[in-house]
Amino acid sequence: MRITQGAFSFLPDLTDDQIHAQVQYCIDNGWAVSLEFTDDPHPRNTYWDMWGHPMFDNPDAAALIMELKDCRKVYGDRYIRVVAFDASHGWESVKLSFIVNRPADEPGFRLERQETAGRRIRYTTKPYAADRPAGSRYG
Amino acid sequence: MSATAEPETSAPEIPSAIDLREEFESSGVKDVLAELDRDLIGLAPVKKRIRETAALLLVERARKRMGLAHETPTLHMSFTGNPGTGKTTVALRMADLLHRLGYIRKGHLVSVTRDDLVGQYIGHTAPKTKEILKKAMGGVLFIDEAYYLYRPENERDYGQEAIEILLQVMENQRDDLVVILAGYSQRMERFFESNPGFRSRIAHHIDFPDYTDEELLEIARKMLDHQNYHLDQPATAALTQYIARRREQPHFANARSIRNALDRARLRQANRLFETSKGPLDATALSTISAEDITASRVFGIKTRSEAAHP
Repeated sequence: MRITQGAFSFLPDLTDDQIHAQVQYCIDNGWAVSLEFTDDPHPRNTYWDMWGHPMFDNPDAAALIMELKDCRKVYGDRYIRVVAFDASHGWESVKLSFIVNRPADEPGFRLERQETAGRRIRYTTKPYAADRPAGSRYG
Repeated sequence: MSATAEPETSAPEIPSAIDLREEFESSGVKDVLAELDRDLIGLAPVKKRIRETAALLLVERARKRMGLAHETPTLHMSFTGNPGTGKTTVALRMADLLHRLGYIRKGHLVSVTRDDLVGQYIGHTAPKTKEILKKAMGGVLFIDEAYYLYRPENERDYGQEAIEILLQVMENQRDDLVVILAGYSQRMERFFESNPGFRSRIAHHIDFPDYTDEELLEIARKMLDHQNYHLDQPATAALTQYIARRREQPHFANARSIRNALDRARLRQANRLFETSKGPLDATALSTISAEDITASRVFGIKTRSEAAHP
């Protein structure tokens, strides 16, 4: 099951040139771009690992593409996303984020039902991949 | 959004002929070269080389548009010359030129020295060098006194690591950034000898000659003009003498020495006005540098070589 979170996730995967154009757009708006990766793609997992520092003072997107290529070499079997952070006063939050790398095989999520008192049911979603220990979830 | 959503409609049309003259003017290269001629005094061989480089790049661009060339030409350069001969200034103009020709996307100049590239302990150098390279992408990376990167006397020196990363990026990401190495001629020569990788990756070697005395005087005039000062007649004569004497002193740094001398002359002029003036001063008095502001300099107290030979 293809995971859809962040921008562009219903589109086919972006090519590096398209990523370059998007990142350049972010940089031209004055947002700091950075890379994050994870092997736990649960939508509530906001704590992705950082790849290097956010790039506050690089005027060109080629820098991020270079880092992305390095990151893919190490964590090519995980999810990698670009995060664009707007540091301007009043915003101070992520303006755009999109997935730029995904594992070859995405097993998706399982829905778990828990029966509690009074025939009530609680639902929870769990990624199949998270059954395995961190670091060996994909591939 | 448009970049991803829009499908490729059709390949750009290949023009059958390109008017180079027209290209020269419309790309803004003409303005950059004219500016270079106007703002920089002397440096005739440098200007000639830049003109040639610009012509080559213009033709290369036209060829690319017609489908005759596909590879980006190697644009890495080395600027050699004594201190104060305008290497950094020309590098700035070069960045502008390359940007207007479309060979670099942003056209900014990142000027660094060894300290910015090489770390102090193991594992510190690579991230530091990469950080600088990332900052320079889309523009020009100007490495001043590049030979300090290589220290043969210390085999554990981390400079070698920085050199390796630099070489790799210079080769693999030629579209993304242009590297300009700068430094004194002889030491650069030795640096290239011990690092053949650099020599083969650098296409353009530009040598900056020293300025003549007349050129330095002209530069001094221009600098003062810029700050709304002017020299009176005796001061011009004094400055001419000063330049000839200063050249024989150690640590002579061409235009930079002149700039420092003028800064000191302004200091003395201010002091003189403060001590001697009685009553209001007009604009001419405030902006005139006279001979005594220059002849008070230290170099007039030191014997020149010819004076020392015939006392």
